[in-house]
Amino acid sequence: MSQVVFEKTQYLTDKQFHYCPGCNHGIIHRLVAEVIDEMDLDGKVIGVAPVGCSVFAYDYFNCDMYEAAHGRAPAVATGVKRVVGDDTMVFTYQGDGDLASIGTAEIVHAAHRGEKIVTIFVNNAIYGMTGGQMAPTTLVGQKTTTSPRGRDEAWCGAPIRVAEMLAQIPGSYYIERVAVNNTANIVKAKKAIAKAFRYQKEGKGFCLVEVLSTCPTNWGLSPVEAMKWLEENMIPYYPLGVYKDKEA
Amino acid sequence: MALTLMKGSEAIAEAAIRAGARYFFGYPITPQTEIPEYMSARMPEVGGCFLQAESEVAAINMIYGAAGTGARAITSSSSPGISLKQEGISYCAGAQLPCVILNVMRGGPGLGNIQASQGDYMQGVKGGGNGDYHLLTYAPASVQEAIDIMMFAFDKAEQYRVPVLFLADGIIAQMMEPVEMPEMVDFKIDPEKKPWACTGWKPGDDPAKRGVINSIYIDTESLTEHNEVLQTVYKEIVANEQKWEYYNTEGAEFIITAFGTVARIAKSAIDELKKEGVKVGLVRPISVWPFPYDAVREAVMADSVKAVLDVELNEGQMLQDVKLAINGAKPIDFFGHYGSQMPTVDEVKAKIISMKEGK
Repeated sequence: MSQVVFEKTQYLTDKQFHYCPGCNHGIIHRLVAEVIDEMDLDGKVIGVAPVGCSVFAYDYFNCDMYEAAHGRAPAVATGVKRVVGDDTMVFTYQGDGDLASIGTAEIVHAAHRGEKIVTIFVNNAIYGMTGGQMAPTTLVGQKTTTSPRGRDEAWCGAPIRVAEMLAQIPGSYYIERVAVNNTANIVKAKKAIAKAFRYQKEGKGFCLVEVLSTCPTNWGLSPVEAMKWLEENMIPYYPLGVYKDKEA
Repeated sequence: MALTLMKGSEAIAEAAIRAGARYFFGYPITPQTEIPEYMSARMPEVGGCFLQAESEVAAINMIYGAAGTGARAITSSSSPGISLKQEGISYCAGAQLPCVILNVMRGGPGLGNIQASQGDYMQGVKGGGNGDYHLLTYAPASVQEAIDIMMFAFDKAEQYRVPVLFLADGIIAQMMEPVEMPEMVDFKIDPEKKPWACTGWKPGDDPAKRGVINSIYIDTESLTEHNEVLQTVYKEIVANEQKWEYYNTEGAEFIITAFGTVARIAKSAIDELKKEGVKVGLVRPISVWPFPYDAVREAVMADSVKAVLDVELNEGQMLQDVKLAINGAKPIDFFGHYGSQMPTVDEVKAKIISMKEGK
């Protein structure tokens, strides 16, 4: 007799991901969907997708979904949350071009208001969807299609550390940076996402989980090399850990 | 019912609440700041939500969020702020979200000034944001008319799944007039009436009913199909929702076209000219999109009409629609001011007299 030992979570649709081979979005989508599934929310969850590689996230998360204008997901989520109230979980899923560049006003003020939403912030240090341009999170010296000689700090500043910045804001409740580069970190990432959603359910306040992610296609590396590059270059500049937890 | 003396901005805000609006997201800008001020005091009294956004950009995206749940949501601003909202307005139109947007127009371009203007006509009725879309757009000429339009604005927005735009010049918001305020409408979110809204779908429910509020259709076929849906709706609106007022058009020698407050100045000029033996009529578009082309043409094509005068508080923006309506059949002249200097009754009279004298 056969026995099912593993099933895809019901909070992901059957739609095939459009993500490139080796991209971490697939892992992160699954973690978020599993957390939602395990919370047994009976449909009381609404997600907001960004502009960028995860623009089609509304096709993948199997719940009520919005697709927001570039960077505006926290404002859209605010409008949703103010209607649906504490019972319904509201989350945004945003990349670094979306959240850390064009959407800085919206994310900073959502945090300032203590908006009771969860933001999953995927940082891969580059604009993926448009083909590998420099992001606010691109590392100094990192070559992209708009920084062909490598990011020059004197010309365009140092990379933005979003978790550290938002942790300074009185209205933020829980901020953690995680990575999905190995099994241990994937387990930690899922725990962080679960904690953020639990805090929202308890009506606590603004929660953000920054997830460091690879972009093999636009970094010009194989998936394995990309994981190594993330460990050697991104994690030292973007240290993993809890930056704020008002309950701790 | 007794009349109450109310300031335009507060009367419009109260009417929105009476029409079922329970979510207001906005940002201060003169000359409409009394609307968010009023909402901040009033919304909590009716169990609604007032939230001051960090920008007009955020405010319209909060509307996008709230409207997608099926709630009645409204935002207000003035010209430069409405420019900032254009991105979100285009997304609302693309995602077919019913909502109401108030533009209390001030002088422009750029920061312009804070006095009344009609300089955003083109922005309101010819696009504003990106893409092929229209907003059901009304231009009230009195505080009472703004209230009356508000009482059906959400119904129309929901019937057609389009944003409704009010193009009100600053005078409408700033002046006080005696008004009759309608009774409170009992509005509740009804998922049966709004099957497209995000109201709590769960895995196992009919996949076709999952709420997806969205304006991206990445392949050409599906975007074409989506735009055909939008254009079909716009055709229905054009067929069913044109509103206008005729004033003294019967037997008129000249027809004035004007909207909003300027139309009231034109009426005063028409009344004075009548006493002086000059017959002048007015066609006042109330819906400026859809523009009442046939109504304008019908009034102008009467045998008695020699010429048309379009009067506006801008450089002649509606004039282009008036010209389209008449299509060269009769002479058209224009009188207007920009820089928020309101045309006077004497100026309008003098212009008509000069037209009569063939100058």
